Order: sequence, then C-alpha cells, then structure tokens
Amino acid sequence: MHKKLVEIKNLKTYFFVEDTEKQKSLHLEISDPVLMELYKTDKYLKNKVPAKAVDDVSFDIYEGEVLGIVGESGSGKSVTAYSITRLIPDPPGKIVSGEVFFKGKDLLKISFEEMKKYRGNEISMIFQEPMTSLNPVMKIGDQILEAILNHEEISKEEAEKKAVEMLTLVGISSPEKRMKDYPHQFSGGMRQRVMIAMALSLHPSLLIADEPTTALDVTIQAQILELMLRLKKEREDSAILLITHNLGVVAETCDRVIVMYGGKIQEISEVDPLFEKPLHPYTVGLLSSLPNPDLPMEELKAIPGNIPHILELPKACKFNTRCTKAFDKCFEVEPELLEVEKNRFVRCHLYESEK
Amino acid sequence: MNPENILEIKDLKVKFPVTGGLFLRKVAEVKAVDGVSFELKKGETLGLVGESGCGKSTIGKAVINILKFSSHDVEIEGEIWMRTDAGEIDLNKLSRSEMRKHRGNIQMIFQDPYSSLNARMSVGQIIEEPLLYHTNMNKKERGERVAWLLEKVGLQAEQSKRYPHEFSGGQRQRIGIARALSTNPKIIIADEPVSALDVSIQAQVINLLQQLQEEFDLTLLFIAHDLSVVEHISSRIVVMYLGKFCEVGDGYRIYHHPIHPYSKALLSAVPVPNPKFKNKERIILTGDVPSPMNKPSGCVFRTRCPIAKPECADFVPPLEEKEPGHFAACPYVSA
Repeated sequence: MHKKLVEIKNLKTYFFVEDTEKQKSLHLEISDPVLMELYKTDKYLKNKVPAKAVDDVSFDIYEGEVLGIVGESGSGKSVTAYSITRLIPDPPGKIVSGEVFFKGKDLLKISFEEMKKYRGNEISMIFQEPMTSLNPVMKIGDQILEAILNHEEISKEEAEKKAVEMLTLVGISSPEKRMKDYPHQFSGGMRQRVMIAMALSLHPSLLIADEPTTALDVTIQAQILELMLRLKKEREDSAILLITHNLGVVAETCDRVIVMYGGKIQEISEVDPLFEKPLHPYTVGLLSSLPNPDLPMEELKAIPGNIPHILELPKACKFNTRCTKAFDKCFEVEPELLEVEKNRFVRCHLYESEK
Repeated sequence: MNPENILEIKDLKVKFPVTGGLFLRKVAEVKAVDGVSFELKKGETLGLVGESGCGKSTIGKAVINILKFSSHDVEIEGEIWMRTDAGEIDLNKLSRSEMRKHRGNIQMIFQDPYSSLNARMSVGQIIEEPLLYHTNMNKKERGERVAWLLEKVGLQAEQSKRYPHEFSGGQRQRIGIARALSTNPKIIIADEPVSALDVSIQAQVINLLQQLQEEFDLTLLFIAHDLSVVEHISSRIVVMYLGKFCEVGDGYRIYHHPIHPYSKALLSAVPVPNPKFKNKERIILTGDVPSPMNKPSGCVFRTRCPIAKPECADFVPPLEEKEPGHFAACPYVSA
C-alpha cells in the first residue's frame, strides 16, 4: 500500500433544521457532549434538530488509488466529500466534530483563508451538473485562466498557454478558438470535460468527483471516465475520490469502495471482493437488485421498504428497517465498523462473532 | 392491422419548428422523429433506448397524442393505428375531443415522480381524476376503485387522503402507476419510469410493473436510456439515434449480440457491475451527438461511426432483416 494522503477521523456533519414535531423531545435525545456544548453556545441552533447527514465517518485515502463512495440519495456520500473541502453551507450545515488530515495537516483547524490555498492547488472538485457549475456569462477560457491565476504566480500569457494545453488534453478540438466561447456553446459532455480541465490544471493531489457522469449519456460517460483515469495515471501519487450511485461505474474504475447508508459507513472493501462476496446485508441487497442481463424477465430481488427520511433514521443499526436478516440486537445496539478480513470492514452484528 | 398487433405506427415523422428573426418566422425545423414504423404486439413490452435527444420520448408523446394538442406548431405525419373495442382507429387523425374518448385506453407513466403529480391534490384525487373523465362511475365506486388501485401498487388505501409531498420518490412513482391504471388501459407508455429512482427502489418498481402487466394484460412501450433495465423488462428492443431506428429485434439477442455499430458502441459503453469485466474491450465513440438541427446527410451515425465509409454520406440506410426478426439499418454489417 502507498502512503496515506488523507486521513478522516470521526467526521460528523449535521444540518440543523426546524421540525416542530421533534423539538419537544429534542433536549432529551442529545447525549453527545460536543453537540450539547454547541447548543449552549450557538443561538442559531435554538429550536432546531440535527439531521445527521454524516455521522461518525472515518476512512483513509491512499496515494495513487481511486476510492469510490457508493450509496443512495441521502446516504451522506456527497456531504462527506464536501466536508473534506469545507464547502458545507453554514448555516444550516455544520461540521460538528472530527479531523480531516491532508498530508498531515488538519483541514478543519486551519483558517478559511488558508483553506483557499488547498482548494484547487491540492484538492480539486468536479460536480455533477456540468450545466450549472460553469459561469454562464463568462468565456470558457477566462474561467480556466481565473482558476490558474488565482493559484499560481505566472504571467497571463503562460497561463493562457497552460489553459490551451489542458483543453487539448481533455480532447477539445481547436482549443484556442473554443477558449473564446461561452458555456452554452458547449454540449454537456464538453462542459464536463472543461470542468475536468479546470480541476486538473493545477495538478491537485486529490480529485474529488461528485457524480461526474450522472447527467451524461453512456457513450459520453465512457469518454469522461477514461479521461479521468488516464490523467490520474500520469501522476502516480495523486488520488481520486469518486462519489457515485452507479455500481457499474464503481466496478470499472475504483480500487477500493466505501458503501454508505444512513450517514454511516456500512462496508469498506477492495473492489473485487466486494462484488464477488458482499458482506453487509445492504451491499448484498444493492447488488442483487440490479437486473442480470442473462436472466431477463425474472423478478428482481429488491430491497424491501423505503429509504427512511434523515430525521426518522432508526436507532441502533440504520438499516434495520429494511434488513431481511435483522434480529433483536440490531434494534438495540448500533454495530461497530469491524475489520473482518484484511482491509475489509463491515458494520453488522452478523459478523461480530467471526472476529 | 395485423390481428396480433394492438398498435401500429407507420412512417411517423415529428417536426418541431425553429423560429427566429424579427417576426419569429419559421426559419428551420427539427425532425425529432424521422420516419419510423413499428408495431406493438398485444401483451408484449417494447423497449425504446437511445441517448438524450434521439427522439425516444417524442415518439411516446406522439403516440399518446399529447404533442399535437399542447403545441399547435408541431407537425406530426404518419399513421398511428390503435385497436379498440370499437375497431381500428388512426389516432393521428382524431380531433382533441375525439382523442379524449380514447385516452382511457392508452395511458402514460412519467419520469419525474416529483413534478408529474399535482402537489395541491390529494393522492385520492389524483388517482380519481381520470375516472371522472373516462368512466361513468359514481362517487362511491370511484372511491372503491382508488382504494383497490392503491393496494394493487403496494400502498395502503388509507393513504388516499395524503398529499404527494408526504411520499418518497418510489412511492410517488407507484401513485403515478395507479393513476395510469385507473381507467383500465390496454397500452401504457412508460417514459423513463425508473431513472429518477435509487437502485434498490428501482428494482421494486420494475417488479411492480411486470407483475401488473401480467395481471392487467397490459402492452407496454418502455422508454429508457438504461440498457440493462430495458433488456430486463422488454421482449423486443428498438435502438434509436437522431430520430431514426438503428436496430430492432429480440431484447436478449440485441443485448448480447448487437449488429449495428451504434448499438455495439452503446452496449460496450455501459459499465458492468462486475470488476471481472474491468478490462473488457470498449468502443469509445469520439465526439458528441450532432445537433438534430443539422443532421449529417445519409446515415445519421456516420460522423461517429468506427466503420463509416465515404458512401455513407450519400444514402439513408434502410432497416434490413439480418436474421429472422432482427433488423439493422446498416448495409455493411451482418448478424
């Protein structure tokens, strides 16, 4: 294994929302000392309940790997990524506690000004919506230049040369000409390629890609994924954190996978064993609910029930409302994330005895 | 009409005008659907796949005849024959009020479960509304039907007093299905019914659709971009590109042995949820789908086709039967 690039420890990101029904019983429920302290000091939180989007998440990102986070909507996968770059809108969101060590420095302890130096230079992000993440009234070239000039001490001419280079790299034809175009003159796939060019123009050590291909067609998705992986290979010590709900994308691009549900990590595994023998009942359910191309028309093995609302997450195991293997203990005690095999972690009571 | 068929489409063309200039005159037109013919056999599921802008949703909307009456500039040419109890009718020739009489027979399920339900109506009212227009049921009968339908789609009859915002995406899609089923339709057009749903919920809704299809003896036109979902549910598949059919045939056959170069590329681009296929051979298409306003001459796929020849610019390749029941619109490939 390579060196650790990022080390995330006990990250908790909550969103504080109003909920009239829950407020009455609120002060009874809060047992977390950090949260209690927060409620005492912050006036804004009065009469608000915490929605635990990311609840005690710890994991590492190693140099040179593609780490995937999968989960359904509301599982906390995007909030985890946004917490690393501290892009959580506050209010209503708040990183309540935890540590995010990036190359040994805790990003949650530094000032906002200092954080700016990390964004772009060290950590870059690609967002889901290629249509809305570019400024519609600014030329493509100017937007890339802005990113480069903000972070590097080079002349405008040099920056321009670099921007053209990046656009060529991501496969945009006649880049000098296209620099003068506006985002609406680009197609969705091309806009996403511009986003990648921008994100990679500063050679970040960590690229966070939040559903980078979800809004794109499959043939364009294949182009974008290939491009991301090819560019990563050119810098061996860099890593990609890929957030997606598409298990096919995970299987084809990631080295390691984190499965999230209800704001908690449920399983961490290398990609091959995860698909070969998923351990957590949620992962098992997720994989078997996919259509099998060799068995058309057969009934799919769907996970029963609905994803619970974030304010109505069950006590103890978050998956107990939908789990087919749940037993008494699952409704009483929250299971720990345990290492059951080498590099394989599962949060489930079923596997506790094995250790 | 062939007695096996419930719907026959002949040479359907849908043209949208492009206006411009000072007086918003028509300056060009977009042929969203460019001369397609197909049929729906009774009880089958026909899957319609393609990338965004290929015209798959437009076909759905043209068939159910909501395009013509929602914007009067649209030109719809061709014949849409539907078999009803009163005989065969060409839906494209009907007036708005005549169409309304037949709409109970052909219903639609929409993609977005959040915007396709009226937020100010209770679930009961939403499902009841088609019954008001298409049946002679009295209030009590309608109430009973709503309760029965809700239970059929896996919800509870008591939930009819609730409003759409109280339901999750998957549950809302179930409500949309109940609404579509309320008039006992023969044909259902499902336009991307599961693409807005999470994987685990998606499987539930697909199972529900298949179960209801059997129970209600429905014929489905299933429009989607997710090939694995389409292959799972469809008996036959149509692959579309820029308003034209590329390939038509048995679902399993197309998924496992595509013939047309576009279907091949499309299928190889789908990520497989199995790391063993990580390094499978992949046809990466270069470039983007051309704008439907200025389509390439001849074969519409030739600008991205890996086997394109200069002659491809000169003629429009017709659908040829490459093996029994399997058609492809390319003269240079064989089964």
